[in-house]
Amino acid sequence: MNIRFDKLGVVIAAIAAYAAFLAPFATFRANRIVPGQARSILEALPATTGTLLVAIIVVAALVALFRTPLVLRLAASVVALVALALLVGAAGTFLTPTGNTFARVSPASGFWILIFAFTLLLADVLTRLSLSPFARVGVLVAAAVAIGLLLVSGAWNDLSILKEYANRADSFWAEGSKHVTLALGSLAAAVIVGLPLGILCHRVERLRAGVLNVLNIIQTIPSIALFGLLIAPLGWVASHVPGAAALGIRGIGTAPAFVALFLYSLLPVVANTVVGLAGVPRAANDAARGMGMTDRQRLFGVEFPLAFPVILTGIRIVLVQNIGLATIAALIGGGGFGVFVFQGVGQTAMDLVLLGAVPTVALAFAAAIILDAVIEMTATKRRVETA
Amino acid sequence: MKAWLPTLLRLALVVLLVAFLTNPGWFEPLLKPLTENNAPVIYNQGSLLTLTLLHLRTVLLATLAATIVAVALAILVTRPAGAEFLPLSRSLVNIGQTFPPVAVLALAVPAVGFGEKPTLIALFLYGLLPIFENALTGLTTLPANVVEAARGAGMTGWQRLTKVELPLSAPIILGGIRLSVVIGLATATIGSTVAAKTLGEVIIAGLLSNNLAFILQGGLIVAALAVLIYDGLSAVERYAARRMGREAE
Repeated sequence: MNIRFDKLGVVIAAIAAYAAFLAPFATFRANRIVPGQARSILEALPATTGTLLVAIIVVAALVALFRTPLVLRLAASVVALVALALLVGAAGTFLTPTGNTFARVSPASGFWILIFAFTLLLADVLTRLSLSPFARVGVLVAAAVAIGLLLVSGAWNDLSILKEYANRADSFWAEGSKHVTLALGSLAAAVIVGLPLGILCHRVERLRAGVLNVLNIIQTIPSIALFGLLIAPLGWVASHVPGAAALGIRGIGTAPAFVALFLYSLLPVVANTVVGLAGVPRAANDAARGMGMTDRQRLFGVEFPLAFPVILTGIRIVLVQNIGLATIAALIGGGGFGVFVFQGVGQTAMDLVLLGAVPTVALAFAAAIILDAVIEMTATKRRVETA
Repeated sequence: MKAWLPTLLRLALVVLLVAFLTNPGWFEPLLKPLTENNAPVIYNQGSLLTLTLLHLRTVLLATLAATIVAVALAILVTRPAGAEFLPLSRSLVNIGQTFPPVAVLALAVPAVGFGEKPTLIALFLYGLLPIFENALTGLTTLPANVVEAARGAGMTGWQRLTKVELPLSAPIILGGIRLSVVIGLATATIGSTVAAKTLGEVIIAGLLSNNLAFILQGGLIVAALAVLIYDGLSAVERYAARRMGREAE
């Protein structure tokens, strides 16, 4: 029998071995801001569970190490990830002395590296399976449901990040909805303004260079400066335009953040609309003209549908970028998950930082996967139709 | 637009920037209307010039490291031995782009402490992606006949890489470096939220003390640097593309 190694598997097994045996699995702290003490897997869990986790990690790493069937690799990565997720919660319960409400247990570097290693394995399997867009969204939904179940079941309740959450449950959801509103609202505004502007730039060549240059320059202004610069004009509008203040327009807070995100979003939307429309094959346009279509019919019936996947790519860039940038809104009182990140940095309470950062990353990640799937669907549909 | 006008505008911008950095006092009357209650007009907790140089140093170091790693990775996954990693590296690059800069900065703090280091890590990660993507495009879209000719001429793999593939991809790789420098210049300002010495310090001081003049001068210096560096690198790129007979992106 000849045994062959999987190249990526060698890397994954090495990372997993380091993380499982040399790096700390969990950190124990007497209260939320003192430096922590590291605990290895066997110290952080009851003897049987700890041994079980080590065994699962070793087996999964071996599956990764050798050339094994994809289904087996898939199973190994999923089992390892689920076991890690469940047992890090168990470590929280095990390490926290009963009745002690000050002690904090958080996942340490070993846990995160193990998650990274097996996510890498899972990502590799999923890439090799070349899933259809629908299936990819399905995997995302399944992962979201699994995480949701873990959260609801209370398996993680003894972890520090959820203790931070428990202290701020109300403001968490309020800031979260503000975050989503900021990111999606500014995207919607950018699409409403950017699409017509892009079409105009496509039609009127003299306008194109000028508009794109201005939008390019806006992108070079650092986000925190742009947020700050908008405080003054919006403050002026609020105090001088009747009714503006009633609409919620204020110098600080959500309004300047919204306008700044909108301005950053314009370039990708406009530029991709222009590129998409420019890429419409001349033959398609000529045929449409030959059929006697009016300018308007041609735009909506031919050019726009053909350019749609490229425009969607612009929208994807904007959405992912806005979800990330919305964190900075917190600096000017605009709310969003950034509130927890900056509070956490200020108090050097890393679990609070995580409480803000993890949902942001998850949102951006989900948005990227969903929009990528939509883009692929529209692009293949177009190819089938034109073939 | 006349051909000399853009060059003239750029020169004017350089002169203005240098004048502002070396003699910010000259511009005090211009910014004065933006302040209230006799607040200081020009940033007074450090020299703007020093901060600018530190800002540039941070971006330069991070971009340099990102270029080395990204190009090396791109070379690795385009060799037969590393071909297995190609699809995965593509998806990783995609996933990496979804991490917001603030999150990366904040999460790097417990590992490396406050100051310049977390900023360097965040800039490095962000710089990695555009350069890797472009290097990959450059190395995988080489004209097949040229590569075949090099092979036919008896060049070894190493010779083909250093004498044919890399020089031909240089313009596209430079395009990636340009993108990552511009992103880095803006992102470095956020580094000041974790106490890095960059121009972000000026902006944040402005936000905290409600001083619009500070915000404006910090923001404008970064924007001017970005525009000038973007233009400069575009010119280098066009030069390289002309030498290689390839269209830059």
